[in-house]
This record gives sequence, structure tokens and C-alpha cells, in this order.
Amino acid sequence: MFFDRPPSVLGFAAVGGKRESEGPLADGFDLLETDTTFGEKSWERAESKMQAICADLAIQKSGTKVEQLDLLFAGDLENQCTASNYTLRNLDVPFAGLYNACATMAEGLALASCFVAGGLAQRTMALTSSHFCAAERQFRFPLEYGGKRTPTSQWTATASGGVVLGDAGGPPYVRAVTFGRVIDYGIRDINNMGAAMAPAAVSTLLTFFKDSGEKPEDFDRIFTGDLGMVGSALMEELCKREGVLLNNHEDCGLLLYDRGKQEVGAGGSGAGCSAAVLCSHILPRLREGKLRRVLFLATGALMSPTTTLQKESIPGVAHLVLLESEK
Amino acid sequence: MKLSKEEYDKLNQQVSPKSRLLTDCLWAFFVGGSICLVGEVLRVFYLSRGFILTDASALTSVTLVVLSAVLTSLGWYQKLASRAGAGTLVPITGFANAVVSPAIEYRVEGLVTGVGAKMFVIAGPVIVWGMLASIVWGVVYYFLRPMLGG
Repeated sequence: MFFDRPPSVLGFAAVGGKRESEGPLADGFDLLETDTTFGEKSWERAESKMQAICADLAIQKSGTKVEQLDLLFAGDLENQCTASNYTLRNLDVPFAGLYNACATMAEGLALASCFVAGGLAQRTMALTSSHFCAAERQFRFPLEYGGKRTPTSQWTATASGGVVLGDAGGPPYVRAVTFGRVIDYGIRDINNMGAAMAPAAVSTLLTFFKDSGEKPEDFDRIFTGDLGMVGSALMEELCKREGVLLNNHEDCGLLLYDRGKQEVGAGGSGAGCSAAVLCSHILPRLREGKLRRVLFLATGALMSPTTTLQKESIPGVAHLVLLESEK
Repeated sequence: MKLSKEEYDKLNQQVSPKSRLLTDCLWAFFVGGSICLVGEVLRVFYLSRGFILTDASALTSVTLVVLSAVLTSLGWYQKLASRAGAGTLVPITGFANAVVSPAIEYRVEGLVTGVGAKMFVIAGPVIVWGMLASIVWGVVYYFLRPMLGG
């Protein structure tokens, strides 16, 4: 979908936890809290608090009043998306909850853009978060349990990102979006989500190139989130086999952490990972004009702990957002 | 995409890094061995204090379980286990860790529905199938014993 009147990114914010504060993108964050509990008594409350802080910062930075927001799209990894639900309890804004795992930020941003570009809303917002400790107890094991992580497993980011869009304003702009299809190539290993998501990323990317007639070289960067090391390698190989060479591809899961120094397996993941990289790294560069045209392609692994136990394979989905620094 | 699931699986295996088997085994061997060494030292210590063999063995297990529980609550056991793997999982300390860690994690959901219900979420299957296996072996042994001259 191409927008004749591209929505403007009015403001954005990124909030992270301790490990994110030790990562290479720390300078771009608006707030980094080294206390992973955020002063709360449960990880779920901590995530909600983090998301609420992020929402407040993004709204404030965009120069928007809360009552000006027509619709807010938010999602996270917790069961029933409770982190977002509880954040929105204290925010008086019409709310549409989303779940697309790690692809939720691209999904939210794409939907928020459609509403503004289509004239259905003047100001909208997309907001996501994930918390390592909340995700770990839901999807894997208790934190103190002595288990060994496989080298392909990814590290759920404790982070949140929020973007406020408006029908009039400065750069960056959302020029186009492509909603992805659910793709399943039969990967069953919950510790290798990059491999489960890579085919979905390729599918959406190829669809976008076919629809738009553009090539990878037409963009400064193609950011995927969060394929990690394994998924990135697979995506580049799959694209190569389809005759598309990617020389400007970077992955949010690999940008957020320094894999050499931090023990994060194959890279970061989680609904907050690509959102935080978008808001701490990509959008600031677009605003400054250091990047002109980028593709933001967030990928999600759509399994649940129940389906994993039932030996189901992991379906993936990827949504694409084209961001530009000029109108 | 023209790729089949089988071809993709092959590609995935090429790209995915393998676990470092030798390093992992060495870690497991030395850490697991060290835990057993601590156990042996404890057993000899209890024996030297005048306990009979069965009491000394039981006290050794109890001490190891308490040590593991304390280290788990300090968050140290998990740090060691992330390197040692089976070395910390197999000894009795690993079992204690598997019980204590969910008890801590689910404390926030209450003493009954949290700690009580979730405490055996990891260790539960081991207990169920371990007990079943011991019952089966008990029956087998009952019939075998006359033949073994016992």
C-alpha cells in the first residue's frame, strides 16, 4: 500500500533495561532503567510500567496532548497482551490491542499509518514492549532454573518503543506498508525462531519489491527485526536463491546487543526489540537525514507454549514499513 | 519461494551453529565431578564425626540440597549451570534447583496457587516417571530374586 499523503512521524521514544543499557545502542535510548523490576513487585507489572513510561515520553516528545490521539495500537508478548492492556488502563485513549509476536511494532506502525493516510484519524500511535523476565517465565523456564541455552536461541529484549503519527508534520514519513502472509516452513525448534521467521521475511520483502518495482539498492538500509544471526543468514541465502542480493541488510536483534561481549545467543528478540531499535537508532537517523530511505521489516514467530508442547511447527509473519526522510 | 520444507531444513542445519560438544562435555565433567567431590568430602566428614554410613549419606544429600537451594536463591546456580549444563543438572543439586527456582518465580502468584501449584512444574515429571520406573523394577526384582539366590 502506497500513501499519497504519507503520515509524519511526530515523535518517538525508546525505553530499555539493564542489558540494553550495556549494548551498543544505549546512547539512542530515552530512558534506561538498570533495575529490571522498574520498582514493581512482578515482572508483568514491570513491563507495563516500562511501556507506560515509553508511551508518556513518546507523546510528550511529539508535542501531542493525550486527548488528541484518535487511536492507539499496542501489543506485547504476555498472555492476552496484558502489559498493553494495563498500560492503557491509565491512558485515556481509544485502544486496539495487537499480537504478532516480535512483528507487532511493524504491524502497529503499518495500521496506525493506514488510519492517518486514509483520513480516518489525525493522530495515531503504535506502542509495543517485551520484558525478558516476563517472557522467559511464560515461554521457557523460571529465571533461576539452571538450564543451558542453545547457540541458536535468542534473547528477549527488555525494551519498549512508541511512535506517534500525524497527518501533518516533519520527517520522517511512512511512505508505504506491506502486510505479510503467515508462512510456515516446518521449523519446530523454539530455540531457533530466526529460522522459523526468515521465510516470512523473504515472502513479504519479495512481495514489496514486486508491487513497487524497486530493488534492494534503492534503499539505504533494510532493517529486519529480529531474525538474529541464524535467521539473517537464512534470509540472505533465500533472497539470493530468488535472485535478490541484499548488501544493505541489518537486523535489529543483532544491533541491540554486542554478541561478542554480551551472552545473548543468536541475538535479541521480542516485541520490544525491533521497536526499541526503530526508536533509538533508525528514526533518529531518518530525522537527521543520515538515512533517507529504509525498509523496516519486523518478523514474528507465532507459536505459543501450548502449541510448542503439542509439537506444532512455528508459523512466521513479517510486516514491512517504508520510511523516508523526505516527503 | 520455490524451496521445499526439506531443502529449507537442510539449509537451516548448515547455517545454525552447533553446540560446542567438547567444551560443553569438559565443563559438565569437571563441574559435575566437583559437586560429587564436595559430596564425598561431606560424607567422609560426617563419617568422621561418628555418624553411621546410611545417616552420613542422607546428611550429605541434605547438605547438598540446602546448598543448592541457597545458591539458587542467590542466582548463582543458574550462572554456573549456563556453562556446566548436565554437570549441574544431573547431581541432586540440579533437582533441588528445579524445585526451588519455580517456587521463587511463582511466589508472586500466591503461596497456594503460585508456590504450591508450580513448585513441581519441572521436577514433577521426574518424580512421576521415576516412581513408576522404580515400581516396575520392584516387580521385576521380586520375580528375579529367587533365581538370583537372594
